[in-house]
Amino acid sequence: METVKTRKNTATVAILLALVVLLAIVPLFMRKGAEFGGSDDAGSVMVEEISGEAYTPWFTPILESMLGGELPGEVESLIFCLQTGIGVGVLAFFMGRFVERRKQENMRNAYH
Amino acid sequence: MSKKQRKIIAACTILAFSLGITSTAHAMHIMEGYLPVGFCIAWGVLCIPFLAAGSFSMRNKLQENRRSLTILAMCGAFIFVISSLKIPSLTGSCSHMTGTGLGAILFSPSAVSILGLIVLIFQAVLLAHGGLTTLGANTFSMAIAGPFLAFGVYKLCQKLKINRKAGIFLAAMMGDLFTYCVTSVQLAMAYPSESGGIAASVVKFLGVFAPTQLPLAVSEGILTVLIVIGLETYAMPELKSVGFIKEQEVR
Repeated sequence: METVKTRKNTATVAILLALVVLLAIVPLFMRKGAEFGGSDDAGSVMVEEISGEAYTPWFTPILESMLGGELPGEVESLIFCLQTGIGVGVLAFFMGRFVERRKQENMRNAYH
Repeated sequence: MSKKQRKIIAACTILAFSLGITSTAHAMHIMEGYLPVGFCIAWGVLCIPFLAAGSFSMRNKLQENRRSLTILAMCGAFIFVISSLKIPSLTGSCSHMTGTGLGAILFSPSAVSILGLIVLIFQAVLLAHGGLTTLGANTFSMAIAGPFLAFGVYKLCQKLKINRKAGIFLAAMMGDLFTYCVTSVQLAMAYPSESGGIAASVVKFLGVFAPTQLPLAVSEGILTVLIVIGLETYAMPELKSVGFIKEQEVR
């Protein structure tokens, strides 16, 4: 019973994961040559279109004013990676503990 | 929640309304400096009661059961991961998911407002993504409006006896989409179109955000379901401790 359920779960998980990956990759091939800029930037373009003039933000990000310019692209991706890393670290740490705990419980049950 | 806590939340709400309405407010990640000062303040103030409720909800749940800390940490980590990944979409531009649905369903929507705020501050300060002046508006759309809608959708699905995983999927997806809808409204209120006013502006901004966000919202729904499957398999005691799964409920 338990194994049937686990196997069914594994299949669901695999299919769902594949779907997520597809959703992210397909656009790259469907829209060859597109820029893939951020939609936040598209938003600011729309602001200019609606207000009919170039908009100057009244406040620049503090990091940019401290650096006297934009954050270098490579450093930006470093910080994005850092953010992902922290998150994945926490998730993986707890998930690992849970999985190990289940194993121990199963082993204990098997002995009794 | 204790009586005193309720009173503080009520006081915050009244304060927020009185401050928020007088400045006839106007803001997912609105860029730094892109909202007029009045709007920045109004949205910020509007967030305060939710953040207060969030910190109480968090404290109460943790006092009730220390075990729920793990789930809270995982929900926060999920938002961290997912909002750092910019993913290409069918429209040829990139956007990222919010990840707030998971915490709203597992923990409480108000607790997510705090988790979301942490992520938004991280991105605003270190990445110049979003901004400190627009923090209030961004918090309201991503960390309050989205999670509360997700929670509502999930509860509704439970009432209608819809399959739990389908409910989680719908909740996370709609929460993600709703975040961007709120952003569109926020931007439109600050930049009403000359010919059609705010409504015309909302349509324009939605036109920018919605098509890009739709496939991502579907991904977010799927990922949230995946995490819940993982937790249901390995972390039953924790899910019970946060009340996501009732004691007597047998799988």
